[in-house]
Amino acid sequence: MAQAPVLPRGFELPLEPRLPRIGSVDAVALEERAASLAKRSIKKEAKVFALELAVRMMDLTTLEGQDTPGKVAALASKAIRPDPSEPGVPSVAAICVYPNLVPAAVARVEGSSVKVASVATSFPSGQSPIELKLEEVAWVVDQGADEVDMVIDRGAFLSGRYAKVYDEIVRVKEASGNAHLKVILEVSELGTYDNVRRASLLAMAAGADFIKTSTGKLPGAATLPVTLCMLEAIRDVYEENGRMVGMKPAGGIRQAKQAVQYLVQLHETLGPDWLTPDLYRLGASSLLNDVLMQLRKEKTGVYQSPDYFTVD
Amino acid sequence: MTELDRKKEQTPVPKEWAYAPAPESRDVVSIEDRYGHFVGGQWLEPSETYTTISPATEETLAEVGQATPEEVEGAVAAAREAFENGWSGIAPAERAKYLFRIARILQERSREFAVLESLNGGKPIKESRDVDLPLAAAHFFYYAGWADKLEYAFPNRRPRPIGVAGQIIPWNFPLLMLSWKIAPALAAGNTVVLKPAETTPLSALLFADVLRQAELPPGVVNIVTGDGRAGAALVKSEGVDKIAFTGSTEVGKAIQRELAGTGKRLTLELGGKAANIIFDDAALDQAVEGIVNGIYFNQGHVCCAGSRLLVQESIYEPVVEKLKRRLTTLRVGDPLDKNTDVGAINSKQQLDKIRELVEAGEDEGAEIYQPPCRLPEKGYWFVPTVFTNVAQSYRIAQEEIFGPVLSVLTFRTPEEAVEKANNTPYGLSAGVWTEKGSRILWMAERLRAGVVWANTFNRFDPTSPFGGYKESGFGREGGRHGLEPYIDFDGSEPNGG
Amino acid sequence: MADRLPVKKTYKLFIGGAFPRSESGRSYEAEGQNVARASRKDVRDAVRAARSALPKWAGMTAYNRGQVLYRIAEMIEARGSEFAELSTGLDEVEHTVDRIVWYAGWADKLAQVLGSSNPVAGPYFNFTVPEPTGVVAVVAPDEPPLLGLVSRVLPALTGGNAVVAVASETHPLAAIELAEALATSDVPGGAVNLLTGHRDELAPWLASHMDVNAIDVTGADGGSADLERAAADNVKRVVRGNPDTQSPWEIASFLELKTVWHPVGQ
Repeated sequence: MAQAPVLPRGFELPLEPRLPRIGSVDAVALEERAASLAKRSIKKEAKVFALELAVRMMDLTTLEGQDTPGKVAALASKAIRPDPSEPGVPSVAAICVYPNLVPAAVARVEGSSVKVASVATSFPSGQSPIELKLEEVAWVVDQGADEVDMVIDRGAFLSGRYAKVYDEIVRVKEASGNAHLKVILEVSELGTYDNVRRASLLAMAAGADFIKTSTGKLPGAATLPVTLCMLEAIRDVYEENGRMVGMKPAGGIRQAKQAVQYLVQLHETLGPDWLTPDLYRLGASSLLNDVLMQLRKEKTGVYQSPDYFTVD
Repeated sequence: MTELDRKKEQTPVPKEWAYAPAPESRDVVSIEDRYGHFVGGQWLEPSETYTTISPATEETLAEVGQATPEEVEGAVAAAREAFENGWSGIAPAERAKYLFRIARILQERSREFAVLESLNGGKPIKESRDVDLPLAAAHFFYYAGWADKLEYAFPNRRPRPIGVAGQIIPWNFPLLMLSWKIAPALAAGNTVVLKPAETTPLSALLFADVLRQAELPPGVVNIVTGDGRAGAALVKSEGVDKIAFTGSTEVGKAIQRELAGTGKRLTLELGGKAANIIFDDAALDQAVEGIVNGIYFNQGHVCCAGSRLLVQESIYEPVVEKLKRRLTTLRVGDPLDKNTDVGAINSKQQLDKIRELVEAGEDEGAEIYQPPCRLPEKGYWFVPTVFTNVAQSYRIAQEEIFGPVLSVLTFRTPEEAVEKANNTPYGLSAGVWTEKGSRILWMAERLRAGVVWANTFNRFDPTSPFGGYKESGFGREGGRHGLEPYIDFDGSEPNGG
Repeated sequence: MADRLPVKKTYKLFIGGAFPRSESGRSYEAEGQNVARASRKDVRDAVRAARSALPKWAGMTAYNRGQVLYRIAEMIEARGSEFAELSTGLDEVEHTVDRIVWYAGWADKLAQVLGSSNPVAGPYFNFTVPEPTGVVAVVAPDEPPLLGLVSRVLPALTGGNAVVAVASETHPLAAIELAEALATSDVPGGAVNLLTGHRDELAPWLASHMDVNAIDVTGADGGSADLERAAADNVKRVVRGNPDTQSPWEIASFLELKTVWHPVGQ
């Protein structure tokens, strides 16, 4: 078992005069705030700014049993050049794949700015012994993955074994080496915003570079309120010790309009410093084409058809 | 405290992503150049007029009537005529259907009214569209349902209408206050003379068109515009059986004096200086949203605004830090821009009053914080403001500012919080933020306020009675209780006037 | 157009917001038309539809429910002449519309009249709230054809319940017309289900159904004792009313009361 490093003060009764704490989240008020932020009207150049940023922040994802090197090749191609007819459209941030497809992915994105993120730790369930999970992480990093997306052990979390959850994250972070680590909380299994906040703070204390909402394998993945809850936890950690942790909502974001709402929420909660792929990613697959369609509509002034955008 | 000063320097100003203007179109509403008084179902040429403006741009919107005492009496006579020859005799179920029609029409025309409200009053379109209009329509819908069910609302009391009600409403929620007054009055079978506020007559005047579409019999609702003199004439009129007033405590007291000994019924909804109380176990980020909503919603032009933040000392620093940071994302500007959070101050007069009190606050020794904010050149504006280091005796902790200015005080124990919260002549509302249910109920029991919000603030519903203790007024609006002020029971008066 | 042949309407059941034929494929003749003859399986499907619509209908705000009920009145008023032909006349239709408006106005007032906060002798806050009982079966009276059905469906519906009603066997056409008005009124599919057919074939299946919470036997005439006995198997609430009445106590018969305690302290 790794020696647990100094936990942030929020886990114990503080001796310092200031009282940071895990605290609670009021669901009704949280959801209202998220709804209120979602009403921002973002038009014209502000909208183009957001859409282009959304492209640069996207982690284009394929996580299917039926994935093949061919599928990954097509995905990588789309990731590097989302819109062949518009060379001005930037590459996405990363492609996200299963461990077996990492070598193919790495080969295909070589020379571009696109990173390779691999899921690991018995994604999506996390129901395996820690030793196997660590082996998997070490393997994908060895194969060239730039980023590791791990899942927390929800079974341990929900049965109150927080130390086990914490310990696993610490050891996965170690095994990740220079790769950056995203910790997936799988929020729809956690049940309450209070638990989401607890899990977020736990993950950040254990060394997560990013916290992520979902595996995308369950219905009801990322939502605006749950993402806001996690952003507030990130803010509290930043205020406490200056560490900037990233956020990745994943799953259920299919429309450009939603992507803009997520960015507004980010902008008004964490400020412009977080408006970068280094600190915010959107986990999606079909979202990209909708964003491209919206970008072209802003440029030409007419509504678009999916026929004109490549499917990969 | 020095940590906070350092943090103040570092508070980020959002500069990299500017939201483009997102104006709601003015075209949806057409404003006449000139309005008269709406009396007996007709538009009467006014003998005197004044201009009403948009407080965001100072542009003139229209000329409206300044009702003379004779014109006011004419409206009262029309209301009396309608009461005696028609309205009180109409079957209650039919009365109900008129009110249902009004509710539905308001829903259909809601964008038109929302734009007008924001233009004439200064509040953000986001609020008039999402709060004022839906609540106004809902209020008519709720009271429509009571019109033919009064025996269930007041069993064994033989409820009957009083007669003619004179109603004077304020400028902070013009159409909503109109609905709070007219709906229960009509549901109970009364007729009405309504005088909207001097600076915000236009939504009431447009409302006359809703009455036309609803085919409401002439004289049931009469609308006369003007300043305090028109209101005074209405109060003095002998043909009025009941006065309902929402406005400042000062004017409320004057009305109460005027009506003394006349036997006329009265309800008052006056000012407030509500305490918003944050305990150390509150859900912090949501509590901060509640503080912000409590005092900056509608530019703080809210009688029940949470203008005193009472924060438990053990949680003081994080709360104030979060609050100041949150203020930097408030957008102050054009009321018709969909992204505006804080609109214009309603009038020059109100702006001067806010400035005076804010100066007093600084003079008395409170510490002021205002986020960086660029204000438009024309129009009446005030930056959202927080005062810390405030003592209970400072003017900014005692007097109602009616603007976007928050005073922050601390407390140590629940008893102390109750004591400080109640230590005011006002008693309209209070907020309590804690995750502990029993504490919420304990506080609610002890707070001398007509409305207690727990883990929320500024929430209104037609079913929920609203009104004050002490100098915040008497009588309730909303709910079954909101009917009482408009009902004559067994030909006698209930307790409390 | 001289000698024009009209297109005849097909009279179907109303289940889950849709208009299916009876799964049995049967019909019977009433008022000169072929009308669907529902079977026990249609009853089963209707109860299922009601149960799945319940969370949505009961979960709406009372204000919202009131607005939907008002819209039903709007739709019936608009089709007044059609309804008049299928009932005793315009008078009955106007009464029906006014009755629906009357009930629409109750939706957001029930808690204030039927509920309470109770001053218990101890440091507790105690309150009582009414809640819908669940799925309500209604055996509709034959007379008046439209007003009778509406008078027995509206109380349960206003309180937030989902309804399965067996229409009058001799006058089913008004019920089907009502179904069409419901379908255009923003009523969630399944909140009201209308079955036409032989009352004696259908009512017993509703009375014995273990997933029905209450049964209104107003239209059962003589046969209600058997229905009431079957209802006892899951302790259904049994309601017998009047085909032409309106009262909040009618709504109350289909409501449960929940009382909650919470300490007042620190």
